[in-house]
Amino acid sequence: MFSQYAVQHAWLIPLLPFVAFVVIGFFLRRCPRAAAGLAIGMSLASFLLALGVGYGVFGGGITVEQPWIQKVPWLDIAGIFVSMGVYLDPLTAMMLMVVSLVSLLVQVYSTGYMEGDDGFARFFAFLSLFAASMLGLVLAVNFVQLYVFWELVGLCSYLLIGFYFDRISAREAAKKAFMTTRIGDFGLLLGILLLQVVFGTVDFQQLAGILPLYVQAGGMGLLTIAAMLIFMGPLSKSGQFPLHVWLPDAMEGPTPVSALIHAATMVVAGVYLVARVFFLFSLLPNVMEVIAWIGAVTACFAALVALSQTDSKRILAYSTISQLGYMMLALGVGSVTASMFHLMTHAFFKAALFLGAGAIMHGLHGQTDIFAMGGLRRRLPVTFAVMTISVLAISGIPPFAGFFSKDEILAAAAHVSAPLYGMAVLTALLTAFYMGRLLFVAFFGQEKQGNIPHEAGPAMCFSMIVLSVLAVVSGAAGYMSHFGEWVRFGPALHEELNLGIAAFSTFVSLLGLGAAWLVYGRRSVSPDQLALKLGFFYTLSYNKFYIDEFYGWLNRTFVYGIGKILYWLDIKGVDGLVNGLAWSVGHLGDDLRRFQTGQLQQYGVVIFTAIMLIAAWVVFSSPIFVAVLQRGAY
Amino acid sequence: MMSEYIYTASFYVFAALVIVSALGVVRKTNIMHAALLLVLCFIGVSGLYVLLEADYLAAVQILVYGGAVAIIIILSIMLTHRRRMEETSLANNRGRAAALLGFVFMALLALVIVYTPWSYSPAEPAKLTVFANVLLTGYVLPFEIAAVLLLAAMIGAVLLAKGVEEE
Amino acid sequence: MIGLEHFLFVAAVLFVIGLYGVLTKRNVTAILMSMELMLNAVNINLIAFSRFITPEAMTGQVFAIFTITIAAAELAVGLALVFRIYHDRNTVDAEQLNRMRW
Repeated sequence: MFSQYAVQHAWLIPLLPFVAFVVIGFFLRRCPRAAAGLAIGMSLASFLLALGVGYGVFGGGITVEQPWIQKVPWLDIAGIFVSMGVYLDPLTAMMLMVVSLVSLLVQVYSTGYMEGDDGFARFFAFLSLFAASMLGLVLAVNFVQLYVFWELVGLCSYLLIGFYFDRISAREAAKKAFMTTRIGDFGLLLGILLLQVVFGTVDFQQLAGILPLYVQAGGMGLLTIAAMLIFMGPLSKSGQFPLHVWLPDAMEGPTPVSALIHAATMVVAGVYLVARVFFLFSLLPNVMEVIAWIGAVTACFAALVALSQTDSKRILAYSTISQLGYMMLALGVGSVTASMFHLMTHAFFKAALFLGAGAIMHGLHGQTDIFAMGGLRRRLPVTFAVMTISVLAISGIPPFAGFFSKDEILAAAAHVSAPLYGMAVLTALLTAFYMGRLLFVAFFGQEKQGNIPHEAGPAMCFSMIVLSVLAVVSGAAGYMSHFGEWVRFGPALHEELNLGIAAFSTFVSLLGLGAAWLVYGRRSVSPDQLALKLGFFYTLSYNKFYIDEFYGWLNRTFVYGIGKILYWLDIKGVDGLVNGLAWSVGHLGDDLRRFQTGQLQQYGVVIFTAIMLIAAWVVFSSPIFVAVLQRGAY
Repeated sequence: MMSEYIYTASFYVFAALVIVSALGVVRKTNIMHAALLLVLCFIGVSGLYVLLEADYLAAVQILVYGGAVAIIIILSIMLTHRRRMEETSLANNRGRAAALLGFVFMALLALVIVYTPWSYSPAEPAKLTVFANVLLTGYVLPFEIAAVLLLAAMIGAVLLAKGVEEE
Repeated sequence: MIGLEHFLFVAAVLFVIGLYGVLTKRNVTAILMSMELMLNAVNINLIAFSRFITPEAMTGQVFAIFTITIAAAELAVGLALVFRIYHDRNTVDAEQLNRMRW
């Protein structure tokens, strides 16, 4: 049947978008409609195959303990054996479905959003390449395959952030993204190499078997180092503090890119990595604690910064960082289920939010400052509906999707540590507040002067509506279908709603939304007064806690400093040596030539001295005169 | 055979003659005087040859050196300009270096002379006929080549002195 | 009484004096004269060795004959050169013949 076919041929899922990339890249650059058609067609095919795989997994008894693996040998040199292949289990199936669906919807949206752009075909080519890379990453059977596709998605991110390459800000943002994630990638690579050297394999299944025995034999230190190094990859790619700095700047790319890559799929690659390699992390309590705290700090920090931002995409970017922090927190406290569930719901409502923001921008011809918008609910009704649903979802209001997934995370956190739970709740409050702020400022209130915005076209509306529907139902659906029995690590968690936590979190979210309404909706409290009163904190928040400035200072001081030192060494030391040698040769020649006086008798003196020395040597090396020398007597 | 005393006395006389006149050659600033002292030196050397029972060579010495060589040296002195005769053969300022070199070399030679165990042969010196035989049979090749050399030197000297005609 | 060493000693002294003259005199002719002194010293050496070490073979004397020959030839050519130098440079001062220098 189809699902059997899909499971057997799961490798087609990344291959089809890749074919689209190649064909569009080489042949269809000047045919935007053909390019879009091919890309969407392949994406649709991928999605259908992913659905088939999902059906096959959930119906066919493939579980996390018994994954379905297909491998081909790829690299076989001198003791290093690496294969490429397909690793199917419920986690993979879920990711495949989410990624291919969101990718498809974003591509449909882009036909409307990117219309008329010169780079239309190029855009679809890159989107297809990205889809192929992300799907390949998700199917990885070992660290090397994962790393290959990890780098590929990084490349696609660079290409897409810098899509409007005639803008300096876009180019700089692309470079920043690539370089910041490079730091993480370096750590990841070191970790992979360490594992290869110590265990001789990088295969997930094999390592999952070896590592517990290794830890029992008492070797946790080495693994901790390896795990921390590997975690650096997710640290940068998933925008955790302090390597989050590239994500807000990545908003320079077109909005569909932000929706697909920087909200729903690429940034969650890091979270996926931790989940996939959970067999390593779960053995190391110290590392888990670090992950949890980093996640919590990221969530809080990003929420604090989002409070004061005025650019709609920036707000959403910090929101993404904050939600990624939630996912990392969930992993840190041991619940793969909660993290993956939130990943899924977040993909839907965050993509919807970004597409909605894009619709606003499209209607207002590129305006992103929310304080330049107002009263848009009358002009952009569909967008308004989508955004409202998504804001309610992200704030965790039942029965929308976010409520279920956030509740799982809060429950898991509360189970483990009170401070973490406290930070998570605080973040939820702030999230509700700033999302409400975005909604009320942009859509309510007086209309500002300027262009009359037009509602988005049918292609854009279609994707937004589909995503918002998913944002409504995916939470309850996941809950109903026993998500925790499929996507998990360790024993299955049966769904139980902890009423206390659920009620409290709902209350907190409503509180946040209500406060936002008061300040920004009805203007009962003036936001400017609030900003003044909070003075110092407001400045900190608005300036993103000066992290970028700090990194800039580090760069100037250390990188340029070392560069200047090395430059000085090169000029004075190396060049000095070479120039000095040349100078000394010349100078020596200059001195030696003064021997050639042309004076005959000077030459005579020199020659005769030499002759005499030779004669003396000959005389004194004969035995008679050696004796003379020694005893001075005959 | 002369008695020992006459032999010894003549040796010292001739040796003194040689050395004193040599010193005069190198120290006198008047080149004409130096040339004439050189002739005297040659005569002294010839005397030493006689004491060494090389009578043929003593005669050749006087003929060639005292005769031809000395004459052409004086000829060349005549042909070169001089302002004042006393200033014709000055010394340069390498005197000290040369003297030092000389002394050191002298010391080395003295060392060798004194410490080498010479083995005197008891045979009698040969007659002149032996010399003639050896020269014209055993060493006839160098003899002929010396003749060619003299020819070449003659032609060369003529050419050098004559010079090349400027166009 | 008078042995080989005496003659060798005289020859050595004569040689050193000649050397001193070669290195010290400014007039080129004087240099050539000093060279003749050195050659005479060598001859004395040769003949002394012939007389005391191998008197029946007379090799030293034969060698001395050739030395005299060659000294004469060399002197002839040398003086021709002196003549040429005087003709071209109007000087026979060795200090002033130093064009082949740096």
